[in-house]
Amino acid sequence: MSAFETAILGLGPQLAAHVLLAASAIALGIAVALPAAVWASRSPNVARIALGFASLVQTIPALALLALFFPILLSLRVVFGEGLPTLGFLPALLALALYALLPILRNAVTAQANLDPGVLEAADGVGMTSWQKLRLVEAPLSAPFVMAGIRTASVWTIGAATLATTIGQPSLGDPIFAGLQTQNWALVLAGCVASAGLALIVDSLLGLIERGLALRKPTLWLGGFAVVALGIVAALWAQFGDRDEDRIIIGSKQFSEQYILAQLIGSQLEKSGYSVEYRTGLGSAVGYSAVKSGDIDILVDYTGTIWTNQMKRSDNPGRAQMLDQITQWQDANGGPHVVGRLGFENAYGLAVRQDLAETRGLNSIEDLVAIAPQLTIGGDPEFFERPEWIAVREAYGLRMSEKRNFSPTFMYNALKSGEADVISAYTSDGRIAADNLVILDDPREAFPGYDAIVLASNSFASDPGKLRALEPLIEAIDVDAMRKANLMVDREQDKQSPTQAAQELARIIGL
Amino acid sequence: MAVSSSQSPNHEQPPLIRFAQVERHYGSVTAVAGVDTAIAKGSFVALVGASGSGKSTLLKMINALEVPSRGQVEFAGEDVTTLAPPALRRRIGYVFQGIGLFPHMSVGENIAIGPRLGGENLPAARVAELLELVELEAEMATRMPDELSGGQRQRIGVARALANAPQLLLMDEPFGALDPITRDALGNSVRHLHDRLGLTTIMVTHDMAEALLLADRVLVMDSGKVVADEAPRALLRGEGGGIAQGLVAVPREQAERLAVMKEAGDSGAENGAERPAETSRDAPVQNGDQAR
Repeated sequence: MSAFETAILGLGPQLAAHVLLAASAIALGIAVALPAAVWASRSPNVARIALGFASLVQTIPALALLALFFPILLSLRVVFGEGLPTLGFLPALLALALYALLPILRNAVTAQANLDPGVLEAADGVGMTSWQKLRLVEAPLSAPFVMAGIRTASVWTIGAATLATTIGQPSLGDPIFAGLQTQNWALVLAGCVASAGLALIVDSLLGLIERGLALRKPTLWLGGFAVVALGIVAALWAQFGDRDEDRIIIGSKQFSEQYILAQLIGSQLEKSGYSVEYRTGLGSAVGYSAVKSGDIDILVDYTGTIWTNQMKRSDNPGRAQMLDQITQWQDANGGPHVVGRLGFENAYGLAVRQDLAETRGLNSIEDLVAIAPQLTIGGDPEFFERPEWIAVREAYGLRMSEKRNFSPTFMYNALKSGEADVISAYTSDGRIAADNLVILDDPREAFPGYDAIVLASNSFASDPGKLRALEPLIEAIDVDAMRKANLMVDREQDKQSPTQAAQELARIIGL
Repeated sequence: MAVSSSQSPNHEQPPLIRFAQVERHYGSVTAVAGVDTAIAKGSFVALVGASGSGKSTLLKMINALEVPSRGQVEFAGEDVTTLAPPALRRRIGYVFQGIGLFPHMSVGENIAIGPRLGGENLPAARVAELLELVELEAEMATRMPDELSGGQRQRIGVARALANAPQLLLMDEPFGALDPITRDALGNSVRHLHDRLGLTTIMVTHDMAEALLLADRVLVMDSGKVVADEAPRALLRGEGGGIAQGLVAVPREQAERLAVMKEAGDSGAENGAERPAETSRDAPVQNGDQAR
């Protein structure tokens, strides 16, 4: 079976989640838009305000709208209490429903405005109450146009729902984001084909309903409705039918190592009899908030990231000290529980080609200082703004001749092609071994530690059985093993999926 | 002014409709500028006037499609603004130029809509009877409005207005959009129905000929006021004042010219020098039409 077939056949849970999310968002959109349209048809001011608001919402990029609901819901916790979810289904539902408003509202308002005035006068003339007029005349005559709006909204929503992945809601965006990050095009294609296919099927079904309403053929539109309802019921059943309430949710950020470790942890928990599901492709800050709030149970994070981003520290007390202080800080702040170190670091490190290291005798950053003015350094887009770079520059007095920004993938290519002599590599990156790169030592400990640590939500951490299941992973993965697994996913040739790489990693570390 | 100069003959009965100092203003625009008159049960009244004279507004104040700015309109002794509009309208038949058949309902459903609003299911036999009243086949009930001609649609409109067996039939330019032959036929049908069902009918029209031929009382409106209130014969005798006579003059002149033309045609080729020239000019066009 090809990688694409494997990928697309494994999308069942994501498809079910996607269908339910999109259907709920459209339903909520309809529930808000139709009464608003009726109100708007009775008052031009309401029409102006409602359409203006819906158009304004439409100008916000969908990704931003989804992300905006995190702080909004977080601030609403003051009103609704700590139980209000800030990630996952609720914010995705709200953002997508807002997005679905405009086409439904606009079509419904336009349909009402274009009703034959003679028919409306007749409705009044024969003595209809305004409710009877709505039910017997306006609604049936507007229905085909309203349906056209719902159809447009549905296609948009199904497409935009792929973005819900970034805020921790499973969707057909999972394979797309995972594939983009790991440059696994079979995964990207599988996600795109699935969501486009879903959109096309829904579009033609709703088109059928629209035509049935326009031609006043009840069999046509009732048939269409029945198929749509069947699809939603099937998705509900798939999602909740055999649902294990005690499912452990494992999160991952948006790069290969994270996808692999999530799978490794997942299979480890499954071995101990727990059922798991994944929320992959979370933004870095979103992932941390999610494990803190309990929206996900497990996340692999890095000590340096928490140190700088959450604790706002810029000093470097050394790896062991740092982990201790983080653990204490988390416990004191009700934050996620630190289960332990995985055993490797994914730190920033300065890497050079082996031939340069040999000819110039480079072993540590101290060796680099003398020849730095002749060399070009390449970094990822944020590196030169980060405190780590400033710390290294100051600690060693590095004066490079030129700084260049590259996307992470191109950074390694730039080093190979000689466009950069030194790069800010990630120390667990598989390409370090594959490209025969040398990571320069950091004797002055200017780079903070980036120990990979397992974070667990408080509810997970309160279950000793679950913690025991993770024990075999603690301090078990050395950096060479991690690099090998990362390379399987990142390399151009013979690319493997994160799941396959996780299996290989488990084999290497003897699980 | 000639207002109220000729009240209908049956003084002993209370009027079905009474307008008491009725005015209707839209901002600074005055549509109805003080109308004070009554309409007796059983009469067929035509409201005639130019566009913008206020005749439609006055009519629509009876079934509360318009609300008076001042004064009051009484229907069967009750101020219409004190009644719930839907209930009031279900007691009054309403036919208008736009017809407004519900395009998603069959002819039968359109006719039955009034009773249905009041919770009554109109039996098929009654629908057939109403169709027969407007001279249509009972089988028409299953057709959809877009399958009908304009004249048939307005006949259905009349049948729909009569479904609740109303005492009062309001007609707002009911035949305005129809061709002259259909228009004439429908006018006669409505007059016949009026007599047969003992209705009180108020018809707004800008066509004085139609008013004179169908109504037994003609109210002429100008700038929101009733400027003449006469029986058709009185108008033809020259009563009712300048504005009314200006309106009467049009059909009268047309009739006279037609009569002259007919005489000329009857008396052979006396005027022949003029007519053949015109027909020969028209001839190629007519041939062209026939060729199509």
